[in-house]
Amino acid sequence: MSENLIEFNNISKFFGKVIALKDVTMKLKKGEIMCLLGDNGAGKSTLIKTLAGVHKPDEGEIVIEGEKTVFDSPKDALDMGIGTVYQDLALVPLMSVTRNFFMGREPLKGPPFLKTFDIEKANQIAAERMGQIGIDVRDPSQAVGTMSGGERQCLAISRAIYFGAKVLVLDEPTSALGVHQASMVLKYVVKAASQGLAVILITHNVHHAYPVGNSFTVLNRGKSLGTFSKKDISREELLGMMAGGEELDKLEVELEEMNRINN
Amino acid sequence: MSDKAKSIESKKTSGQDERLKEVSKLRLLLNRPELGAVGGAILVFIFFGIVAGDTGMFSAYGALNFLDVSANLGIIAIAAAMLMIGGEFDLSIGSMIGFAGICIAIPAIYWGWPLWVSIIFAFAMAVLVGYFNGILVVRTGLPSFIVTLAMLFILRGATLAITRLITGRTQVPGLRVLIENDPIAWMFATDTFKWLFTWLGSMNLIALRTDGTPLATGIPPSVMWFIAATLFATWILMKTRYGNWIFASGGDKNGATNVGVPVGRVKISLFIGTAVAATIFATIQVLDAGSADTMRGNLKELEAIAAAVVGGCLLTGGYGSAIGAAFGALIFGTVSMGIFYTDVDTDWFKVFLGAMMLIAVVFNNYIRKRVTESK
Repeated sequence: MSENLIEFNNISKFFGKVIALKDVTMKLKKGEIMCLLGDNGAGKSTLIKTLAGVHKPDEGEIVIEGEKTVFDSPKDALDMGIGTVYQDLALVPLMSVTRNFFMGREPLKGPPFLKTFDIEKANQIAAERMGQIGIDVRDPSQAVGTMSGGERQCLAISRAIYFGAKVLVLDEPTSALGVHQASMVLKYVVKAASQGLAVILITHNVHHAYPVGNSFTVLNRGKSLGTFSKKDISREELLGMMAGGEELDKLEVELEEMNRINN
Repeated sequence: MSDKAKSIESKKTSGQDERLKEVSKLRLLLNRPELGAVGGAILVFIFFGIVAGDTGMFSAYGALNFLDVSANLGIIAIAAAMLMIGGEFDLSIGSMIGFAGICIAIPAIYWGWPLWVSIIFAFAMAVLVGYFNGILVVRTGLPSFIVTLAMLFILRGATLAITRLITGRTQVPGLRVLIENDPIAWMFATDTFKWLFTWLGSMNLIALRTDGTPLATGIPPSVMWFIAATLFATWILMKTRYGNWIFASGGDKNGATNVGVPVGRVKISLFIGTAVAATIFATIQVLDAGSADTMRGNLKELEAIAAAVVGGCLLTGGYGSAIGAAFGALIFGTVSMGIFYTDVDTDWFKVFLGAMMLIAVVFNNYIRKRVTESK
């Protein structure tokens, strides 16, 4: 498995005078989880949108399974097997699990021109898929609004995998979740990777990223500070590298100072 | 998989199915958007059954009367409901009714077009108006409330101005003679099931005129269109891919776009739907009255939206049903006619209409909370 599933070589993206990304390089193998770390404004969102085909890179190239690729639209990226799960999850709370799962890609049945939404088949697949990730949907026609945040995240990931994602791009999947819910999502991400997907996990939470990641790419002000495999870097070092790491150190010093004065 | 494992597996799944049925029947019913409207309609019928049961309101003639009024409103309410589920409003429905009316009458009377050509012309204009509304909303991203409010004034004004310019009046009479032998007009102007009413009359089961023909001659065309529209809209919403796209577009525009739903196209088609429904309404009325009037359909857009809301549509989109809107229209139609059979002054009708809407919104808000809030 030396062949990289996906490569980003020296990707740059400019918005007018603003340099959003500069010379970012990332490589991922099958089954690998890469965590993309960075503080707000580091260029994470721009990178995701470039991955998802929303933005075209101004410089650099995207290579998928050894072939140079250009995405003209989000649909191109989807067709090439890049499944992006955005922070808003693209789920409609008022709609049922099934209707959400197949939103935009409904299975059809019946004669031409009179094709109908095959809701029985859709229900069955949705329940089966949710069952596989350990979420027991008693009734796939229940509204997504009744599900917990972690369950919703898992539904969105499961949907991306079902529709052929080879590379899973997850945008802050745990940021809105409590500890229990977050670990449920992370467990599922590890499981997905073990089945041969490459996962790009975008987060600013090192504590969530470190246990599951195989490698870590740190973005700071649009530039990559490098990619590190887990054995080469500790959690504290990662924290320190992210913008804000120094500030946290400073905060610690200041707090100590305050304590001393108070005592 | 070993046999033992299989049997465990099958037990597990059948166990799940049993539990599913137990839990969901009541919950399914409680979570249906049309629950409030169906319940409301039953209450209304019980009320009038007690208050006006012996007045002839529920005779064949009386019933067809209130069904006709409900059906006319229902045709536009269903289209308005679908648009609301898709996340938008159309305040130009009422003006479109007036506009469509003169689009039929002026060509037919003043330009000598065959009636059927005029009717097709009116529908073509409806598609144009709907498309224009839709493309404006989708392209500008402005609230449809504002865009269609502008269209409400533009269409009504144009209707008045054009009619007076061409005819010198605000009414165009003389259409009735054109209906006979027209290849299309019968679809909007013929009572159906006449044989049934004749038979019922001959059996003395329904009231007769002095000449022996039944007082109620058949099912009016509005009712047939209303039933067809309800079935068609429900089929679309529940059973087709396009239906899923309507819910998705109204529920979360960005999310739907991200997973590949053509939100713009869905919304434009729904705007065309409301304009076409307004034209069906107008055609039936114009052919029934034999004349077009520039003020026809005034305020109908608000009644249609009210019926859709009573029928369970959320103002924020993504939730509702065509059956609910149909029952909403039935409630309004029944009360607006039924009030004549009671001692209540008809001036109170609008008070009822407003109160009904308020209750519906409070109720629907509660339902939405039930549906969306986490366990």
